[in-house]
Amino acid sequence: MADKVLMKGNEAIAEAAIMAGCRHYFGYPITPQTEIAAYMAKRMPKIGGVFLQAESEVAAINMVYGVSSTGKRVMTSSSSPGISLKSEGISYMAGADLPALIVNVQRGGPGLGGIQPSQSDYFQATRGSGHGDYHLIVLAPSSVQEMADLTIKGFDLGDKYRMPVMLLADGTMGQMMEPVSFDNVETKEYDKSWAVTGTKCERKHNIINSLYLKPEELEKENFARFERYKEIEANEAMYQEYKMDDAEICVVAFGIAARVAQNAIDAAREEGIKVGMIRPITLWPFPKAPMLAATDKVHTFISVEMSMGQMIEDIKLATECRRPVELCNRVGGMIPTPDEVLDSIRAAAQKGGNK
Amino acid sequence: MVVFEKPKALADVPLHYCPGCTHGIIHRLVAEVIDELGIEGKTIGVAPVGCSVMAYDYFNCDMVEAAHGRAPAVATGLKRSDPENHIVFTYQGDGDLASLGMAETVHSAARNENITVIFVNNAIYGMTGGQMAPTSLPGQVTQTSPYGRDTNACGFPIKVCEMLSQLDGPEYLERVSVNNVKNIKAAKKAIKKAFENQINGKGFSLVEVVSTCPTNWGLTPVKALEWLEENMLPYYPLGVYKDRSAQKEGE
Repeated sequence: MADKVLMKGNEAIAEAAIMAGCRHYFGYPITPQTEIAAYMAKRMPKIGGVFLQAESEVAAINMVYGVSSTGKRVMTSSSSPGISLKSEGISYMAGADLPALIVNVQRGGPGLGGIQPSQSDYFQATRGSGHGDYHLIVLAPSSVQEMADLTIKGFDLGDKYRMPVMLLADGTMGQMMEPVSFDNVETKEYDKSWAVTGTKCERKHNIINSLYLKPEELEKENFARFERYKEIEANEAMYQEYKMDDAEICVVAFGIAARVAQNAIDAAREEGIKVGMIRPITLWPFPKAPMLAATDKVHTFISVEMSMGQMIEDIKLATECRRPVELCNRVGGMIPTPDEVLDSIRAAAQKGGNK
Repeated sequence: MVVFEKPKALADVPLHYCPGCTHGIIHRLVAEVIDELGIEGKTIGVAPVGCSVMAYDYFNCDMVEAAHGRAPAVATGLKRSDPENHIVFTYQGDGDLASLGMAETVHSAARNENITVIFVNNAIYGMTGGQMAPTSLPGQVTQTSPYGRDTNACGFPIKVCEMLSQLDGPEYLERVSVNNVKNIKAAKKAIKKAFENQINGKGFSLVEVVSTCPTNWGLTPVKALEWLEENMLPYYPLGVYKDRSAQKEGE
């Protein structure tokens, strides 16, 4: 039996990052993720690492850009409005093919919004967040253990594919306390001969850059990056199925919404409704294959999400609109109750896939 | 006997700068200092957005291109990644350093971040074609101040060295120019000191270089130098604005 400790989600992220070899953290305070910075401020000086409170999210992401340029593991964390500020830097990192872990503990928006949990940065996360053609790998944990595990995996994926990775959590996940185990942490070493560490006058200089003034060259860079994205889509999509074997209704939910949905599915099953869930763990790449496959047996999909309906678009794309996709949502910091989700499931069962 | 040659730290490529532009001189001075201090192998330069955006092609050390204004933050990351083994400098223009990146400039100075900043002030945006800069002079005609900079409408130029000198953080702030041989020599001395300070762990060192932009000022290179002397230097007096170590020694 593995040793488990009781931790807040935010703290689990911080500790997992350290275990993954991250020794540089830069951030700016924002609710509801400040525990990550506080944890790093305590731990980093004791292990020879760097914690620095930047003057802004903009500065923090550019400090991340600097450390990542030298080939070291580095992270930043923030919440929704802060991620908007970081998005300039994220675009530059994508353009310069730099890895890093960026944590977004989402809160309600738009604007200053609120400080309660939300999933309304789904588009921002899965569509790249800043300007230009690019993606982030987006990981969506739904337990404190998964927050730790996906943090570690996030560093590996970033290094493997040379791109920024986003851990997309929400205020509830960040504040929630659950037992978590850090046994069997394994991380890999990746080639970083591209990094700027000083030439030692032994090699030609390395340049970290996203500027290509010749359109032919910039196009080539974009094509090459999207070839890598294809590989990621083919190999890295992660999801979990719950009671899908005989399901006629498929709930799709991630993060805290998936936890709520699971309770509702159990209750619906007791009423004899054949309902299951596909829980995307990667939001980009979106687990399209299991959803398309499910259209053979499933008559209705239900997107349970804490936004005005963002993931629902990916479900429609993944299922090629072969089946109706209903939306069950709460927004602005509200979390759907199991009863609300159960009502949606009952309504779908009644309609039986008829529009 | 060789009496003049290209510094080793400067790449053997044609620079794209306009005729008469002083960027070439300043690049050369930085490269000469890197050579003299023998630090090319551990130096990482940060290029800005602006005319010197392609500085990453012109220096032989490792280089990073930063987003507009963000060079001091990027440099902070590069330096803190390995403070013992990385010598980090930024090379920034006035729009980059004093407008978009003002927060990054002020806070890296306030932290006394152990980096070297080369700040080229030519009172105009060159790359985008001659718009008003945060350092454009009162009355100065630019593309976006066609009737002259009206200080009632668009405020006053920012004197970066004077402003930063009010902070407790920075180690060394000096304003120089490269308008004549005497000043070029003084500029080199300042740049060298700014790198030596970093090597000696003293902290944030910024050298502001008052420069010309003949193309966007609409003047010949010679007239541009005259304009600099008559207009820029009175507004931006040359000199040391902060030298904490020297000050301590003097106490």
